[in-house]
Amino acid sequence: MSVAATTEAGARPSRAGRQPHLPAWLGTVPFFAYVGVFLLWPTGILVVDAFKNPSGSWNFAGVSTLWGPVVRSYFIGSFKLCLISAVAGAVFGALVAYAVASGKPDGAVRRFALAGSGVLAQFGGVTLAFAFQALIGPAGLLFHASWYYDFPWGIGLIYIYFQVPLMVLVFLPAIDGLKAQWREASESLGSSTWQYWRYVGGPLLAPAFFGAALLLFANALSAFATIEAWENQIAYTVPQEISTSLSSEVGLANVNAADLLAFGMIVMVAVVMTGYALLQRRAARWLR
Amino acid sequence: MEGLTRRYGPVVALDGLDLTLRPGELIALLGPSGCGKTTTLRLLAGLEDADAGTISVGGRDITRQSASKRDMGMVFQAYSLFPHMTVVQNVAFGLRLRRMAKAERERRALEMLDLVGLSEQSSRYAHQLSGGQQQRVALARALAIEPQVLLLDEPLSALDAKVRAQLRDQIRRIQLEVGITTLFVTHDQEEALAIADRVGVMRAGQLEQLAPPTEVYSRPATPFVAEFVGLTNRLAGTVSGSTVTVRGQDLPLVDLGIPAGPVTALIRPEAVTLASESSAGSGPLAGSVIAITFLGATSRVTVNLGDTTIMAQLPTSDATELSAGSFVALTIRPDPVLVSGADDNSAAASEA
Amino acid sequence: MAALASVGETSLEAPATRGPQGMQRSRRRRLNAFRYVVFTLFGLFIVLPLLALARFSLEGSKLGTWSVAAWKQIVSYPGLASGVELTLELAVITSVATLVLLLPTMIWIKLRVQWISRTFEFLCLLPLTIPAIALVVGLGPVYNRIQHYSLSALQLFWVYVILALPYAYRALSSGLDALDAVTLAEAARSLGANWFTVMFRVIAPNMRQAILNAVLLTGALVLGEFTIAYLLLFNTLQPTLYSISRNTPNAGVVFSTSLASLLFAFALLIIVSYAGRRRRRG
Repeated sequence: MSVAATTEAGARPSRAGRQPHLPAWLGTVPFFAYVGVFLLWPTGILVVDAFKNPSGSWNFAGVSTLWGPVVRSYFIGSFKLCLISAVAGAVFGALVAYAVASGKPDGAVRRFALAGSGVLAQFGGVTLAFAFQALIGPAGLLFHASWYYDFPWGIGLIYIYFQVPLMVLVFLPAIDGLKAQWREASESLGSSTWQYWRYVGGPLLAPAFFGAALLLFANALSAFATIEAWENQIAYTVPQEISTSLSSEVGLANVNAADLLAFGMIVMVAVVMTGYALLQRRAARWLR
Repeated sequence: MEGLTRRYGPVVALDGLDLTLRPGELIALLGPSGCGKTTTLRLLAGLEDADAGTISVGGRDITRQSASKRDMGMVFQAYSLFPHMTVVQNVAFGLRLRRMAKAERERRALEMLDLVGLSEQSSRYAHQLSGGQQQRVALARALAIEPQVLLLDEPLSALDAKVRAQLRDQIRRIQLEVGITTLFVTHDQEEALAIADRVGVMRAGQLEQLAPPTEVYSRPATPFVAEFVGLTNRLAGTVSGSTVTVRGQDLPLVDLGIPAGPVTALIRPEAVTLASESSAGSGPLAGSVIAITFLGATSRVTVNLGDTTIMAQLPTSDATELSAGSFVALTIRPDPVLVSGADDNSAAASEA
Repeated sequence: MAALASVGETSLEAPATRGPQGMQRSRRRRLNAFRYVVFTLFGLFIVLPLLALARFSLEGSKLGTWSVAAWKQIVSYPGLASGVELTLELAVITSVATLVLLLPTMIWIKLRVQWISRTFEFLCLLPLTIPAIALVVGLGPVYNRIQHYSLSALQLFWVYVILALPYAYRALSSGLDALDAVTLAEAARSLGANWFTVMFRVIAPNMRQAILNAVLLTGALVLGEFTIAYLLLFNTLQPTLYSISRNTPNAGVVFSTSLASLLFAFALLIIVSYAGRRRRRG
């Protein structure tokens, strides 16, 4: 039976009553089909290929190479970089977020800071690497940082640049959720500022804080463009190695390497994001 | 508190307020929003600083003291409790800050919870309790530290009507039992009249009247108080000598120094009754009934007098024969009345 | 880069949970000192690289001189102009496609198929868990299957929509949640509207701010996307900039283009945030 398609994305009855009654969920089919083709299918491909031989038979030996020292060094490298940038980003970002949140709700500072954070959190990739190169690279304007090409500190500093704004964006609602009454109640019961943060403010913000930190971790894990533009000779992290595997023509052994690495990466990110989601739910219960 | 002044930029929230609380009494600060009652409370608590004036408790000047050093217990309108702590942890919080031993403070916290009737909920969290229960816990928490003064900032405003009435009486009962000096801020005059030892009616940063509830109600000091507390009829009248003539009736005045001339008389609906048969007839205080509002034991009857309307509060038994459109004759009880300037042109009957 | 919130999500009109004037003076003083310090340090950290970018973009042929040559080159440098053009087209196509895919679906789900919304939200946020660098590994075969004729770079939009899903979803859903969509729909239906009218004449027009946000976020994402284009060997803006920098180190045009795109995005976001406020007052 034919149904009047109102837009490319919709196959739903637009003339009520006179059409045969189709279930409403059919209207979501275009979306699910699209996501299925362009997200789930490629993911499926890489997961499956990670465990297949070139000849097509199953080969789970690939998993053991994931634990091999070479591959492990990439994961460790990624882990180090992500940890540094997430922790630093979370701590500094939290301070900035608090500074923004404690100002006028409608003021220019807040508006400016939010818009700026929105832009800067997206400002990564090659352009950011160029900016830092201009600042503290070999021909750096400020000075030449001898550690600029060191891993993970040089690149870590660059990562912090976009991690802090992201932290501000994600953590600010949590700080807004701290009701003034809690602080006032605490003070009238006799607490000092330090005691307030230790017993009330801190514990209340903790889930949101650690959740946001996890998000920052996942964010750093997925980043590729920045580190590639920073330096592309040595692969320290998993994304860099994936890129190398994809563009190298060394041999059949590498065909699965990219798949395996990508699979490992997805697992790692998934674990982190699950932690984030769980902590978010706890934070939402208290602070909304 | 003496000469308290607080400004927010160009806005004067408190204008030289003087207020003294006697030990063990409950004063309710009543007024419309923006009148400064909450500001007064917050200044007393130390949550804000006064621009001028002094605050002393028990003879000691605490104006410069920070909130955490003052010995006050406070209950807020909403979001009082710490969401990440259980009820008993909330109540024990102040004691924990004072470094009381764990066993001791838990014992004391449970004692307080018992006082407010919630000892069974001790290990629950705030979001698992109803609004009324949360406020009771907040009260227990404030009292646990044995403060000198208890401060309540519209604690019932966020609750349902039925819960409000129950909790109001419970708060009063506990306050009397503990004997603590209390400042209770509200915009609901029924609340204030029901539980206070003295009511302070505030407007625009100043106290208009501070007196026991009955006095505030039946002998309002200013027209504002008369209008804010309870219902009032505003009728045109003429002053001559020591009486004011309102629609043919001579009524004694509260203030004897009013110059002769036209005024607006403020008359409570309870003072308006049905005229007896003998003086019935279409006098100036007669007209047809517009509406009857059944309030239980009494009914409020709104009558059209031609050029204005008047409200009468009658025992329901008197009002049963009346219906919309029926003709009634009314008379005003000869109690002393308050008057205000003749140029007040608001509607005949105003509600608080 | 994974920026997870749109301007619309973190509310600019936040609840005044701590009235700035309702505070003790000593505490306010300490707080203000803290804020000044934080903003100064943070401001420096943010601005210095941008200044360096600006300075390098204004560098003349001899070190230490000034010249706007790099800025003029944005349009004249070989390969760059086509990269910019391609990326801008992609941005537009992707934004439109994302809207077409998401908006009707989201409204439809909200009104008629609520039980699917959890799964839907999960899928929309899934791209955050499947990073582009991993996704691209599986993309090659898919692109080969879909295209029978030669691959135009514009076909990148298919996967860019996926990348944009989390941000566009957040932006649109905060706009949709702000309405009482179900009630609006019921009211419109009771007046005789069909579903098409309800969605596009009643609900969508009330989401203008959110739609604008979604479009801008998607556009910003496309402008900054490097990974997939680079690894699939397409020449959009970012890969082009990258190869220019590899071939001609310290080419001024690289810095000028970077700064230009950044300022562009920033200006857009500021405009959107002020446009939003004016609407609410009016």
